[in-house]
Amino acid sequence: MKRKTSKRIKEGIIETVLFLSALSSILITIGIVVVLSYESFGFFKEVSLKEFLTERQWTPLFAEPKFGILPLVSGTLLTTAIALIVALPLGLTVTVYLSEYAPHRLREVIKPILELLAAVPTVVYGYFALLFLTPILQKFIPDLSGFNALSPGIIMGIMIIPYVSSVSEDAMKAVPMHIREGSYAMGATKLQTAFKVVIPSAFSGIAAAFIIGISRAVGETMVVAIAAGMLPTFTVNPLKPVQTLTGYIVQVSLGDVPHGTIEYKTIFAAGMTLFLITLVFNIIGFWLRKRIREAY
Amino acid sequence: MVKELKAEVKNLNFYYGDVHALKNINLPIARREVTALIGPSGCGKTTFLRCFNRMHDLYPHNRYEGDIILYPEKTNILSQEIDPIEIRMQISMVFQKPNPFPKSIYENVAYGLRVRGISKRQVLDEKVEKSLRGAALWDEAKDRLHKLAFDLSGGQQQRLCIARALATDPRILLFDEPTSALDPTATSKIEELIIELKNEVTIIIVTHNMQQAARVSDYTAFMYLGEIIEFDKTDKIFTAPSNKLTEEYITGRFG
Repeated sequence: MKRKTSKRIKEGIIETVLFLSALSSILITIGIVVVLSYESFGFFKEVSLKEFLTERQWTPLFAEPKFGILPLVSGTLLTTAIALIVALPLGLTVTVYLSEYAPHRLREVIKPILELLAAVPTVVYGYFALLFLTPILQKFIPDLSGFNALSPGIIMGIMIIPYVSSVSEDAMKAVPMHIREGSYAMGATKLQTAFKVVIPSAFSGIAAAFIIGISRAVGETMVVAIAAGMLPTFTVNPLKPVQTLTGYIVQVSLGDVPHGTIEYKTIFAAGMTLFLITLVFNIIGFWLRKRIREAY
Repeated sequence: MVKELKAEVKNLNFYYGDVHALKNINLPIARREVTALIGPSGCGKTTFLRCFNRMHDLYPHNRYEGDIILYPEKTNILSQEIDPIEIRMQISMVFQKPNPFPKSIYENVAYGLRVRGISKRQVLDEKVEKSLRGAALWDEAKDRLHKLAFDLSGGQQQRLCIARALATDPRILLFDEPTSALDPTATSKIEELIIELKNEVTIIIVTHNMQQAARVSDYTAFMYLGEIIEFDKTDKIFTAPSNKLTEEYITGRFG
């Protein structure tokens, strides 16, 4: 009887500890959103939402400051789009090879090596883009400036391949064998089976993988801060220097901007925008997964 | 005993690595009739069925010995010189569990034609309708051809898989326990369909349900431990089997 009570107390303590750890992550998220919203609210007291969204220049540190977020958003979306153009075909090819073609033993070697790509510090990728890839690209594209969106975009694409292909490979491996056999039995080749049956079957997982990849590219800081330049330009030209939301935040946080000034508050406005962009991608990912699951 | 041959199995042995799964099998397959393979679990009937469309080629360490001759041109299905894809283009298969693809009903049926490079709308439309009619699914599916196949019930999905298999005009249709995942109503629909289909195509069906074999088949082969114990007309097997083991199995004394 006594043992039973002590056991129950022990269970209760464990349950409380587990609940508190779960709660802490929620509280931290709420805390971040609150601080972001509070400081951006301060920002929008001084700058109108209209100027923020329609002004085409972002020069908060100038004597005559302009507060248009568009250049930073375009820089972020441009580098992310380039990353995706690289990661989508490459990641999918790697995934199909690993999941459908590679012999078991080879896969056991390739997968960890590929995942090692994710372990390279992003600052290394950044200098790799600036000092290695950009000079090479300049040989082919003479117009390319030393800082540009193209080179860090490509490098980010390579950087997110491990995330993308690791998660989508799991999704493809999870497609039951009898679905593949149904395709082979109709006289389909391996390639046809992979692209017409296995990929559509694993679509929700693959889409989720790419959303994770996009979120990473949007939030990536070091690579673009080093290799994209620090020049907020409202452009879709990948050959020009650009600045991303993350790049701007780094630039300003490193300087000695006094607390409470409008310059200080711009960091939070940019952070809030970044947060909303990743939120949108996560919602798209969630919706895609749900939609496909309902279809099953 | 068999009127007209569609295929003939000669001295077939099959190995999963070191496991000798099929032992010296000889069997005639009658044209446009239903041949049933029965026997207790693990007797090798599904393994045998999957030799006909070379499904074992998909996995390493599998090995065939012997011949399966396809009539009238007498090609050997098991010949290493023949591409298994060629074989699967001519011999279709319906599986234990309905396995539609994550596509529309229409595209599921058209799949076999598409992988053959056929993309003419008119040809596809015709074939899809004919196959769905052949699988007794047309009336239920004609208003929702472009809806996802997963919206169909289990029995309808299995008939869709039959339509998919029919779309390429196969010469032999293989059924691997096609009703084991279905309820009795859906099962009897599939059985009626099989009897109907034999007017156009040669059928081999694996079943663990003896009543089903008795209802749908013209010939029955009883398998045990990788061997064919007895092969005869279905009536004969179920009324007066000549082998003691067969008799014990069909009277339910083992298996």
